[in-house]
Amino acid sequence: MRKFGERIPQSLFFIMALSALSALALITIFIFVEGVPLIAKVGFFNFIFGMKWAPTLGQYGIFPMIVGTVLVTLGAIILGVPVALCCSIFLAEFAPRKLSNLVRPAIQLLAGIPSVVFGFWGLIFIVPAIRNYLGGPGLSILAGSIILAIMILPTIISISEVSLLSLPPLLKEGAFALGATHWQTIRSVLVPAAKSGILASIILGIGRAVGETMAVIMVLGNAVALPSSILDPARTLTTNIGIEMGYASGDHQKALFATGIVLLVIIMILNSMAQYAIRRK
Amino acid sequence: MRIYKARCRITLRFSFIFCLIIFIFTSTLSTSCTRSSASVIIAGSTSVQPFAEVLAEEYMILHPGITIDVQGGGSAAGIMATQSGTTNIGMSSRVLAGNETTLWSVEIARDGLAIVINPDNPVNNLTLQQVRDIYSGKVTNWSGLGGNKAQIHVFTREDGSGTRSSFESLVMGKTEIMARAMVQDSNGAVRQLVGDDPYAIGFISLGLVDKTVKAVELDGVIPSREHVIDGSYNLSRPFLFLSLKEPTGLSKDFIDFTLSEKGKQILNDQGLITVGFNQ
Repeated sequence: MRKFGERIPQSLFFIMALSALSALALITIFIFVEGVPLIAKVGFFNFIFGMKWAPTLGQYGIFPMIVGTVLVTLGAIILGVPVALCCSIFLAEFAPRKLSNLVRPAIQLLAGIPSVVFGFWGLIFIVPAIRNYLGGPGLSILAGSIILAIMILPTIISISEVSLLSLPPLLKEGAFALGATHWQTIRSVLVPAAKSGILASIILGIGRAVGETMAVIMVLGNAVALPSSILDPARTLTTNIGIEMGYASGDHQKALFATGIVLLVIIMILNSMAQYAIRRK
Repeated sequence: MRIYKARCRITLRFSFIFCLIIFIFTSTLSTSCTRSSASVIIAGSTSVQPFAEVLAEEYMILHPGITIDVQGGGSAAGIMATQSGTTNIGMSSRVLAGNETTLWSVEIARDGLAIVINPDNPVNNLTLQQVRDIYSGKVTNWSGLGGNKAQIHVFTREDGSGTRSSFESLVMGKTEIMARAMVQDSNGAVRQLVGDDPYAIGFISLGLVDKTVKAVELDGVIPSREHVIDGSYNLSRPFLFLSLKEPTGLSKDFIDFTLSEKGKQILNDQGLITVGFNQ
């Protein structure tokens, strides 16, 4: 009876674990089954490096969107990573307990704000500001980057903070004993020691930025053309699916799944990079 | 203490199983419920959808016990679903073409397509050719059109949208909309952005034009219900109900309701243009 009581939850948890995995497998298989035939039909190079996206005319080139994704993400990293790193170092090293107890939940809250709210806020505040002060239509790579920079803050801050806090206290004590100041200790002992965790946090942040859809649809302008400046509109891979899925059918729909394959591969590469960075410790 | 823990575990287990049973019970119940009552499925154009929903609501108030299920999907999906018989009534916001014309169809109303700009823009009138040049990228500055010296910010709808395909066939003809045009996925988003941006241009349903945007005169004709009805403003598209064959039973009854004075009244109140209805 006792053994039985042990086994039921065990197998139950095993089934639950399997169901999570099989969901992943099902989605992946489905996306590939739907998308691969179209890539084969259009041709891999024409699909990836094609400049023209006009599904109703049978043109499926996603290169401008790949460029858009890379630029928007790069912008988010440039704007967001320095802020996030300073914040995590501040929380781990400088902040008095009371303050960090206030800041930490606030950052968690930032992670909990739905992306559509970020997008709406961006559309109402950031887009007009860019249009009025910098020119252009406002809906732009810059607007997308600013929104994404804010959205990836919690990911980067919390993971790098944890990796800084989990360093053995010996490191800090040793550095102090050698006469290093607090800032010297942080700069040349703690941050290098936590490097792998910080790197992983940045890569996960990139993954979040690449995968974000709703907020970006609202502020990016979604034009399928190579942008010539950061004030130009652009379309990312995710927004391509998000904006066109409503009416897509036939090959058009398959092309959106094919876009999903490209996204999935990018995210897979980023995640394995993050795993690698963490394990390299 | 140990007994208390064990009891806790048992209650936990029971509550889990209980939840599971409730879940299964309600889900089977809800599926069987929807199957049991008489229902009509309407699917297709998202431009027609909001109007069909209002019609369906009114119809269901008059005929309790009948469910009218209105779904979106777009004109193309609506036409396909009608052809394959997965929907009782299809909705289309564009003219049928090719082998689609074999379907039974009825025009429930017309909708004008308005070219909208920001109210602060001094431009009031554009020719069809000018609109075409703006959207193909030939004209990029407002200065040549009687406006301020500023870049034109062009907004369009996404590929596959019925509003876009109507715009393409009514305005663009063989020319393509340039790739640099910014894409939004609803009439509302286009209106919002054009209302915010002094140098923007877009196209939306005439019924949705409000004070936040300015509908330009096209070749000197003011876009209005009257001009759509008398044909002088020719950017208009039909809203169609489709059926695989001549509709019968509930579908016929609902379509008859739509075409009745009451139905026309509803569509008119919602901003659409119904021919033969006197306000």
